[in-house]
Amino acid sequence: MGKRAAAIVGVTEWKPARRWDEAMFDLDAFARLGAELIDDSGLDRTDIDGFCVVGAREAPALAPSAVAEHLGLRSRFNERVDLGGATPAGMVWRAAAAIEVGICQAVLVMCPAIPRPSQQVRERPQTSSRPVYMGGDAWGSPQAQFEVPAGLVGATPSYAMIARLYMETYGLDEETLAKIAVEQRYNALANPDAIFHGRPITVEDVLASPMIADPLKLLEIVMPCFGGAAVLVTSADLARRARHRPVMVSGFGEEMTHRSLTSMPDLLDSPVRGAAARAFAMAGTTPTAMDSAQIYDCYTITVLRSLEDAGFCRLGEGGAFVREHDFRYDGDFPVNTNGGQLGFGQAGISGGMTHVIEAVRQIQGRAGQRQQRKCDLAFVNGNGGMMSEQVSLILEGA
Amino acid sequence: MVRLARDGRSIPEPTPVTAPFFEAAADGRFMLQTCPRDGAFFYPRARCPKCWRADWRWTEASGRGTIHAYTIDRIGHDPTQKELAPFVIALVDLEEGPRAVAQIVECEVEAPYTGMPVKAVFDLFQPADGGDPVPILRFRPEG
Repeated sequence: MGKRAAAIVGVTEWKPARRWDEAMFDLDAFARLGAELIDDSGLDRTDIDGFCVVGAREAPALAPSAVAEHLGLRSRFNERVDLGGATPAGMVWRAAAAIEVGICQAVLVMCPAIPRPSQQVRERPQTSSRPVYMGGDAWGSPQAQFEVPAGLVGATPSYAMIARLYMETYGLDEETLAKIAVEQRYNALANPDAIFHGRPITVEDVLASPMIADPLKLLEIVMPCFGGAAVLVTSADLARRARHRPVMVSGFGEEMTHRSLTSMPDLLDSPVRGAAARAFAMAGTTPTAMDSAQIYDCYTITVLRSLEDAGFCRLGEGGAFVREHDFRYDGDFPVNTNGGQLGFGQAGISGGMTHVIEAVRQIQGRAGQRQQRKCDLAFVNGNGGMMSEQVSLILEGA
Repeated sequence: MVRLARDGRSIPEPTPVTAPFFEAAADGRFMLQTCPRDGAFFYPRARCPKCWRADWRWTEASGRGTIHAYTIDRIGHDPTQKELAPFVIALVDLEEGPRAVAQIVECEVEAPYTGMPVKAVFDLFQPADGGDPVPILRFRPEG
């Protein structure tokens, strides 16, 4: 038996879009996400006594107190989390842990990913840092001196190196990687909110799409977009008052060793292994017991490597696992049933939240056309940077 | 914030910690820090990443290494190197142990392969804002 102290009781997720015309500051986005979580959970605004955010662009320093002030909260757990794509999953377990030790009882976990209102864009200095450097262009940063000049920028070249090395080491072919993108796209076709809804693809389409960084092709890479997502984590006591089936945060684990791929101790052995092993042990369960797997999927190779290191199959057997299983929501091993980020879209920092929310929806029986026949137990993995920040969660219906 | 060369590409901006590396590199020498307990490490930093002590010494590396992993960047993910694509980015295992990332130059983009022996070269780039030429580590096929 796993942890029973905290549960996810409400979710909200904005339909991702390539353009976002509504002008909204982060602080106001938090208020909107909070209101939506109150509506979805059926709990009361006065129950809220904590929050997790990445930050607020209107308050580059002292962001948590700006959030408390803007939302009129007297808040006991005020957390800023910085784990790249693993941020949302990392927020969920921090909220659950804070609740378990009795610091607070109801935590807003909020990840808006919207453009800055236009006035701010005009005021930004021309010499401002470029997002693609992920802060690695700060003076004195190793990335600025030893990686940017080499062209190791963004994430795609790093994952491409992992994919190439894996293919050469274990004989993986491009068709097998493409199958992951195709099956997730099938799932997106059953999700009206997905950015690729209504646009089926085949393995041939993936193989024929432009090469971006060998061996990764365009249709194996997430589509960046805007959006936002949030979940409400509460104590088990409060969860009993919620409108929908509580989803217990039954187990969790986190691990990291590196920021840059160059410093990754072993390109084919990621911190997913430690994070997932601890999550399964804490929850008292195993990979084979999972009804659903929601795996951070910035690239096709990320899904395959994460499944291996999480223990769904052994290192080197990921290709066979992908070929032998059907990842579609109606298949024998449902993976990324809302389309994943590859099919749903990657809305910035909220991209990692889509995996958490989809697991909750499946467990609560709110997944609509793509609802799995049975889903009580789900594995969620959040991945940041270059297979760097890893957070695993086991979510279990109450 | 990255510093740019006259041709528009990003160039490193040394710090007090890394300046000895770049000064030697400008003369074509590849200097590594070597810890008496834990051996050589790279990139340069004030303390050994294993024991966190500062009694390391600069030692000259052979510049020889092998490609551990690589990709061909077809679109130029670094906005300052977009026009230079396609180019090969590789993780290179140095003979002395540490791993470095660099572009593979002086060959066709399809030529590099995993396990390829390579040799370090430091190409000099003129900063757009003036000052001394700045070296960038790259590797060429050896032999």
